[in-house]
Amino acid sequence: MSYCKDYHYGKDQVIFATKDQLNEPSNAIINMEEDEEDHPPGLILPNGDINWECPCLGGMASGPCGIEFRNAFSCFHYSKAEPKGSDCYESFLTMQECMSHFPEVYPPAKERPESDDLKQLTGDNNDLGGLVELEDDSNLKRDSQSSSTE
Amino acid sequence: MQRAYAFARLPQLSNKSLKNSYAFLSKSHIGSPLASQPRCLSSHGTPAHWKTKKEISIEHKSHMDFMPVPQGSWQESYNKKQQSRNILLAVSALAFGVTYFIAYKVGGIYLHGMDYKTFSAQKTSEITDAIVSAFSFSSLKATSPEEGTGKATPPEQGDGTSADATTVKPGETDWSLLPEVPEETQYLIVGAGTAAFGAFRAIKSRDPKAKILVVGEEASVPYMRPPLSKELWFNEDRLEVEQLNFRQWNGKKRSVFYEPKEFYAEPNMLSNQENGGIALLMGKKVVKLDARKKIAWLSTGEKIKYDKCLIATGGKPRNLPVLEQAEPEVRSRTVLYRNIEDFKRLDSITQSAQTIAIVGGGFLGSELACALGKRGQKTGLKVYQIFPEKGNMGKVLPEYLSKWTTRKVEKEGVIVMTNQSVTNATFKDGKVQLSTSEGLTVDVDCVVAAIGLEPNVELARASNLELDPVNGGFLVNAELEARRDIWVAGDAACFYDIKLGRRRVEHHDHAVVSGRLAGENMTGAAKPYWHQSMFWSDLGPDVGYEAIGIVDSSLPTVAVFTKATEKDTPKAVVEESGENLRSESEMNYVQSAQNNVPVAPMDTEDYGKGVVFYLNNKKTVVGILLWNTFNKMSIARQVLRDGARNEDLYEVAKLFDIYDTLADAAQEETSSPATTPTQAAASAAS
Repeated sequence: MSYCKDYHYGKDQVIFATKDQLNEPSNAIINMEEDEEDHPPGLILPNGDINWECPCLGGMASGPCGIEFRNAFSCFHYSKAEPKGSDCYESFLTMQECMSHFPEVYPPAKERPESDDLKQLTGDNNDLGGLVELEDDSNLKRDSQSSSTE
Repeated sequence: MQRAYAFARLPQLSNKSLKNSYAFLSKSHIGSPLASQPRCLSSHGTPAHWKTKKEISIEHKSHMDFMPVPQGSWQESYNKKQQSRNILLAVSALAFGVTYFIAYKVGGIYLHGMDYKTFSAQKTSEITDAIVSAFSFSSLKATSPEEGTGKATPPEQGDGTSADATTVKPGETDWSLLPEVPEETQYLIVGAGTAAFGAFRAIKSRDPKAKILVVGEEASVPYMRPPLSKELWFNEDRLEVEQLNFRQWNGKKRSVFYEPKEFYAEPNMLSNQENGGIALLMGKKVVKLDARKKIAWLSTGEKIKYDKCLIATGGKPRNLPVLEQAEPEVRSRTVLYRNIEDFKRLDSITQSAQTIAIVGGGFLGSELACALGKRGQKTGLKVYQIFPEKGNMGKVLPEYLSKWTTRKVEKEGVIVMTNQSVTNATFKDGKVQLSTSEGLTVDVDCVVAAIGLEPNVELARASNLELDPVNGGFLVNAELEARRDIWVAGDAACFYDIKLGRRRVEHHDHAVVSGRLAGENMTGAAKPYWHQSMFWSDLGPDVGYEAIGIVDSSLPTVAVFTKATEKDTPKAVVEESGENLRSESEMNYVQSAQNNVPVAPMDTEDYGKGVVFYLNNKKTVVGILLWNTFNKMSIARQVLRDGARNEDLYEVAKLFDIYDTLADAAQEETSSPATTPTQAAASAAS
């Protein structure tokens, strides 16, 4: 009944196995040491800080308005005002003003979100709530890195 | 005189000696009274061999009759001479022009004699002033007043022409007047490819106000190369292709350019940008570095002082010597495939060409062959692929998989010619005729040489940086550092992988990963190469794989493949009953057996999905290839890190969940009896 075919072809060994066979529990002992890059922390680090190296930010933090973006996003993230982010009007205005100079980098296709929209941020770590379209653009392939957000 | 006398008394001397003696006479003593003296002194009269001067002259052809006689037209020869002199004059004038131009561009010529009053007074002097102040050529400025009178004085003190000119206010600089190349930069990145992109993004993430200058030879902003041999060929929308847009695996439209032009700052404004920025200097080449003084030189002579430097020069495509040395008609029909220009060229050629040959069986060659084969199904383009290996990607895939892949490539409409190399290339009847080592010939309109890459390491030679003698490329440590404050990433870096040893990798993802690592280390991370890069390839609908580590077909491999159709396929039944009765035609790929192991017609099996482990001589897993199996790279990385020594690789393969039952089960939120990788990890830890 077992269909496990085992061929030797010179130095190359080939095993064919059925679904049932491969679904049996594995008794291999592999030290699954996880690389921090295999499971990236995402946009918000465990300690609550912002991970500026998150590939999910794309070119936001490195682009021509990187500093303005950081200021605005940090202000919002650490804001204790009620409603959250209401004290960040200035920094968001600065950011938007900067972005308006670079229509190619920051396409104004979507309505520029008001700071209120950022409320969603606290709910979802990996989404800036429509502030920018977050995507990992350093990857060409699904698996190519770490950066797949889980 | 003494000798002549002696000869006179020894007439029996041989003819040759005599001739010599007369030569002696005729050359130095003819006409001299002493010459005839021995004869006169002799009391026996003239000897029998005595000759007159005339006779001697005729014998020696030193006579007017033997003078060269002018032939042909005088005018003709005069013209000829004039022509060659004119060419010489033109060449020297050109050389002078070029030298002068370079000297002028470099700033070696200061036009003291220029009449500012009449010759675009304001602008020129402003530029000169800007350059002078930027480069602080104080010595040149000091000498100018010596030229006297109005010529060297600033235009403001000249006549009225300067009055209406726009004067630059103090503290506010007109950037367009500054030299294009800044004098110094905090981060210098040599090369503007994928590794450079990975690096500048990492630097800017960690050092928000970083000032980064990227110097690239190409006239375009940084872009990704994989789509040039993959997705761009499959985009049906011509307009999108012309704009270099492609459709990603998830159907999303994307540009090959990482960032638009606008993203990059102007190089000459960089030093004054409060928030830093990433500036791009296109069409320039760094030719030399001084690692101690931290200076880089451009080919145009400018010097740039840097704090940290990354070399990411990549490589250039190799050519076959046969094609390189072929006649010009062949060379003009040869494409070395690497950049956007090459894509555009091949794209336009293959719109109308009838036949094309791709030389090389690696990633690029096989991907292009498939892409063009597919195009050929529409346009009638005939595609040949020629390479010395036994099957496609033969240096990466085990032989049976390689041969199997070749059949899939053939299915895409490519005529694959394995086990042969191109031995000759000639131009015949408007086509390039390629002859192979198997004695076959193909006539094609165009040849694509896809036989590998040569890392660009000229900079190492000019800057006394170390090269790796085995793998080529700049030799760097595990942190990708070549010298203090000089890092190397991408194709050009031969780095020390702390897990797998010294190696050099030519893949897109490696450029991203190593560029990012270098960028992190340039900002002080001091991280070793640890996160393994991967690579992938897709050839038609049946072949797609991702791989990691050392994936070299010369290593022993163990592979586990799925068998979806179990016992019910006729093929399986034949195998079960042990009668490997296949038709002769199917057997033609089977090779002679080694080690008396029963040989199965391996490459006629169906390799749907699977995982291939590559082992070194210590039976450690050093490479993993995921065949039509996706989203499992993280598991592969961990297995590779562990090495899976003394493990039954069949058991290890179970962890990969090749049938995706775990993934499906997780989605349905039903409890699966099988172990998940995390459970395996837990059991390993306990």
